[in-house]
Amino acid sequence: MNSLLVVLFLPLATAILNRLLGARLGKRLSAGLAIASVLTAFGFAVASFLGLAALPPGQRHLVMPLWSLLSVGSFSADFSLLLDPLSAVMILVVTGVGALIHVYSAAYMEEEDDAEYARFFTYLNFFIFSMLTLVLAANFMVIFTGWELVGVSSYLLIGFYRSKTSAADAGKKAFIVNRVGDLGFLMGIFVILSQFGTLDFTQVLSHADKLGQGSALATLTALLLFMGAMGKSAQFPLHVWLPDAMEGPTPVSALIHAATMVTAGVFMVARCHAIFELSPVAMRTVAWVGAFTALFAASIALVQNDIKRVMAYSTLSQLGYMVMAVGVGAYTAGFFHLFTHAFFKALLFLGCGSVMHALHGELDMTKMGGLRKKLPITFWTFLIGAACLSGVPFTSGFFSKDAILYEALDGPHGSLGLWLMGALTAAMTAFYVGRLVFKTFFGKTRLDHHTFDHAHESAAPMAAPLLILAVLAIGAGFLGMPRFMSKAQPFEEWLAPVFADVKAPEAGPLAAMAAPAATAAEVAPATAEAGKPEQGEDVGLSLRLMAFYTLVVAFMAWLTYKWFATESGTPNALALAAAPIHQLLWNKWYVDELYDLVFVRGLLGFSKLLLRVVDQGLIDGVVNGCGWAAQGAGHFVRVRLHNGYARFYAGALLAGVVLLLGLVLTFSL
Amino acid sequence: MPGIEFTLALAGLIFCIGALGVLLRRDPLVMFICIEMMFNAANLAFVALSEHLKSVQGQVMVFLVIAVAAAEVAVGLAIIIAIFRTEKDVNVDHLSELKG
Repeated sequence: MNSLLVVLFLPLATAILNRLLGARLGKRLSAGLAIASVLTAFGFAVASFLGLAALPPGQRHLVMPLWSLLSVGSFSADFSLLLDPLSAVMILVVTGVGALIHVYSAAYMEEEDDAEYARFFTYLNFFIFSMLTLVLAANFMVIFTGWELVGVSSYLLIGFYRSKTSAADAGKKAFIVNRVGDLGFLMGIFVILSQFGTLDFTQVLSHADKLGQGSALATLTALLLFMGAMGKSAQFPLHVWLPDAMEGPTPVSALIHAATMVTAGVFMVARCHAIFELSPVAMRTVAWVGAFTALFAASIALVQNDIKRVMAYSTLSQLGYMVMAVGVGAYTAGFFHLFTHAFFKALLFLGCGSVMHALHGELDMTKMGGLRKKLPITFWTFLIGAACLSGVPFTSGFFSKDAILYEALDGPHGSLGLWLMGALTAAMTAFYVGRLVFKTFFGKTRLDHHTFDHAHESAAPMAAPLLILAVLAIGAGFLGMPRFMSKAQPFEEWLAPVFADVKAPEAGPLAAMAAPAATAAEVAPATAEAGKPEQGEDVGLSLRLMAFYTLVVAFMAWLTYKWFATESGTPNALALAAAPIHQLLWNKWYVDELYDLVFVRGLLGFSKLLLRVVDQGLIDGVVNGCGWAAQGAGHFVRVRLHNGYARFYAGALLAGVVLLLGLVLTFSL
Repeated sequence: MPGIEFTLALAGLIFCIGALGVLLRRDPLVMFICIEMMFNAANLAFVALSEHLKSVQGQVMVFLVIAVAAAEVAVGLAIIIAIFRTEKDVNVDHLSELKG
């Protein structure tokens, strides 16, 4: 258990050290310090993981109170850590992928000067610390602390190029949009506090029934918590910060948008699943928000030209899958996708960074092409990542996505509609991934001679993480193969203690709804069996679904190769023919514009109204009015009363005496 | 011997004449005479009430008033003469340099 302290606080210590001394340490030392700390943390995370694995499954739930954060009356909250299978997987991913990204960054950020370089590693280490606080939290107070720390450090990292206005704006946007979600999360925590009187995960989640099965209170709590998850995991309509966050350095995108921050929402929902399970309404909302985000983001990714932007929308879409999975109660599948996605998406982002590095910052795929020979390592590793993302059979993405889609169709809360959206997203994913790969690496180059000739493979510190991640991206999938392919289910068995309390699936309203729908749809004839227990995985259905996805992926690969690897006119013709749709997707469904109109301009308008009417009119009016009144009164006294005529003074004196005398006599004071 | 009411009414009348004189005349000398009239109206009231109430306090007060009036006239006349020397004019309405 003590190794957890090293895992958590070593990155913080080096962050502080780098901040204080970084500029004087030089690049070698400050990067070395940062990398060493995260690598050591990874080592200790492995030790914690093994220590946990040595315990019998039922006891894999270790709580480590460190110190008291707050103690008010009967309520107290400790800064305490929780190590269970869920957080053990998370710390492995965060420190493991984090360490690789640190190594990569050491080379990627080489061009910055010493002070900036040290600042970058300070932020990276601080981010790792924040994320570890979030995943290791043992109560809602600590998880919220980590949640906010992640928000701050992501703001710092996204806005790292602080002299660039767009980067600074993107950082602000990420922070502010996240705050909207945080508000929900915080209110959810307050509801929990008021109902349970404690914030401790173990006490709250094991007695979650207190909220009442299907009660409005349970729905409210779950939806408020989910609002927090929507912010961090960038679900529609709080997704707008993620694509803009590509303004940060590419390793940051890999760290934040693949392995860590964005998975926090999914992690939190999985952590609090006991509350979500109480409310079918909340579960349905979660599932549909996830499915919609998956489809929505994939549709935008179809037409974007900026390779990092395609990756950003792809991340949104994959997060949608994860959220949909936890929404249909397939926590293991969702978490498995989170796990595999961490590897292959980090790989893809780092690949994008490698391409960008080779081409001096070029990100527009329409200007690339033919890079296959020039950047062999980047190409092959990118291809592996792309294969995982699009779901080529026997890659990790294939297994995890298949698990989610199977549950979406046949799981306890699944429905045909969710599956259709998921399947459509899978097809779109294969399309945009194919487009990206073929446009960037295949065909004739569209780069100018100078750039193309000077494009060269990245140095070893950048290539090595790509290779390691490629191996992990392929390998991770075999931990969670479908039952009929493999007897051993290491991933599912590992997480089983965490999700042991999930009730045996019953035919939910969605499954019942799906049954009649299936008669109309020929795509999934087996849906009628949706109501049966999930333990008996339907091999026939599973195989048919897999064959279907394989066909879809193969078709998309063929189509995109034909369209984008050669100079085909078809895509452009298609874009022209469907210009309104193309414009809609190109402009990301105008969500940013809508927000600008409603929130930004609305707020500005309201502020102006307040400025003109309330502040300048009312407040200033009162203040100036006091001044005017005093001035007027003074003028009256000075000019009218104090006029210098002795006889007037005498008259006033007399009048005063008469008046006072009259008063005294009248009221006999 | 007239009654107390008559004496008090007379005192009031003299006081009002004096007050009106102060308010309406512009010659400081006349205004001083009017102020004297007001003092003496008060003195008259004091004496009458002293007699009426069989109390000696009113008569003591009269001496005080006469002493104050004498001092006041001495200071006042000196001021008027000083002003007349510098301004060559003693119209009170023209003496308004101290206005706000």
